[in-house]
Amino acid sequence: MLRGLLQLTWLEFKIFMREPLGAIGTIVIPAVVFLLVGRAMGGRAATPGGGMFLRSGLPVLVSILIATSAVLSLVTIISIYREGGILKRLRATPLRPQTILTAHVLVKLLLTAMTLVLMVLAGRRYYPVGVAVPVVSFTVALLVSTLAILSMGFVIASVVPTARFAQPIGAVLFYPMIALSGLFVPIDALPQGLRLLSRWLPMTYVVSLLQGILSGASWSAHLGDLAALALVFAVCTALSARIFRWE
Amino acid sequence: MAQTVIHVDRIRKTYGKTVAVDEVSFDVHDGEIFGLIGPNGAGKTTTMECVEGIRQPDHGTISVLGLDPFRDVYQLQERIGVQLQQAHLQKRIKVWEAVHLWATLYKKPVSDGDRLLDQLGLTDKRNAWFMTLSGGQQQRLFIALALINDPQVVFLDELTTGLDPQARRAIWELVRGIRARGKTVFMTTHLMEEAERLCDRVAIIEHGRIIDVDTPQHLVDRHCPGRTVLLETEAPDAEARFRALPQADEVVRVDTRFTIRGHGDGVVTDVIGCLAEHQMRVSDFRTELPTLEDVFLKLTGHSIRD
Repeated sequence: MLRGLLQLTWLEFKIFMREPLGAIGTIVIPAVVFLLVGRAMGGRAATPGGGMFLRSGLPVLVSILIATSAVLSLVTIISIYREGGILKRLRATPLRPQTILTAHVLVKLLLTAMTLVLMVLAGRRYYPVGVAVPVVSFTVALLVSTLAILSMGFVIASVVPTARFAQPIGAVLFYPMIALSGLFVPIDALPQGLRLLSRWLPMTYVVSLLQGILSGASWSAHLGDLAALALVFAVCTALSARIFRWE
Repeated sequence: MAQTVIHVDRIRKTYGKTVAVDEVSFDVHDGEIFGLIGPNGAGKTTTMECVEGIRQPDHGTISVLGLDPFRDVYQLQERIGVQLQQAHLQKRIKVWEAVHLWATLYKKPVSDGDRLLDQLGLTDKRNAWFMTLSGGQQQRLFIALALINDPQVVFLDELTTGLDPQARRAIWELVRGIRARGKTVFMTTHLMEEAERLCDRVAIIEHGRIIDVDTPQHLVDRHCPGRTVLLETEAPDAEARFRALPQADEVVRVDTRFTIRGHGDGVVTDVIGCLAEHQMRVSDFRTELPTLEDVFLKLTGHSIRD
């Protein structure tokens, strides 16, 4: 079945690249936006306050946004495939459901990786980050985070009836999660109710993990985050496997 | 008697309160084209998808090539070819890519993809995106995909719906070609003409129940044995002579045009004998044979298109 998986992954990658704006929208535009913001804020990086956000806030925010948009686009594709009867057609072959989903996840991871590489290259030019970034650790942390976000995406993808719902439902769920994650406002500064809520949101642990690893903290300092994200992944994957609809 | 390839025994499938398939049983024999015919919503697709292992019946048993389709679905998928109703492929997948992908999905040596495309008249479209194909081309591609693993049984669900008559005839020829290669075909259709021309045996299904199963000819003979003769003659005492024929049940006259209905083949012979005997001049003569359409009307009390 490995041959089928690789074949399907490569095919889905090619098909995605044929979409109008497929390659440009996912890979080039984020990098361009990043560059433009970098040019606009580049001077301020020298000041102590601006430097803080650029150093630890922006890379995390950008990483999360890229992972989230990749997940939302995965959710959209799955719902389009479901609506169009493509999932159904693939199902009536020896292909396992996991294989089909894995192929899409691989395509998304590949695209995310390409985007990130492009951003890092762009960032080298304009940002002071990347100087002391633990690249390997950060990549691993980002992979873990992406898988956790992805598993939440699976739950949405398993049930959304049509593609038109996929994007808004994803946005309504993910963007408030990011807002409450402690990235913009420290969690301790949130009102009591929101503070409690943010402790239940997976994105809070993503931010904590990414920021910690980026600033050079050791993995052992973030075992709690890792455990929380592993739990999210396990619960969401199990849930989506139960409720997944082919048509 | 040929070997049984598909055995369906009293399956039932409900969606909420709707009974889609109700105690359906039938057998499909090796090497035949078997048609499940009935109007839209009669339970054809649900029945077929249970047999393909895509759905699980609430109760009843199915055996396909000796396998339980739901339990042994992956084993079964290796040995059958499926064309689904209203299925699609990725908009921007190329024809050859789809065939190539399908070829890698199966364990056993597969049919030659390029030869299949050639046989199905798709060689020109090798590099075309799926979304640019016409309805007939898409269906031919789906047939190619259904044949790629050299399956023993081929499932075709509403294969020619939405196609123009010319494309439909071309597809019929292809389906006969599948049978000629010794494969069993299990198909559904709501087109009576298609069933009549293509199927060796048909099962008529309505409201989730099978009403009758047989060859199209036997179904017609059994349920609609009548024959109708339409003729035009100016002979003066024609009406009285036709009415006197023993097998003529009904004679309708409009000016010089007669419609004579009777039971069995005899009425046609009788009318011809009568015309010859009295040397009546006839300006038009034809017979109408009942079709599956008439059988359906008789058995269900309404036309299949209602």
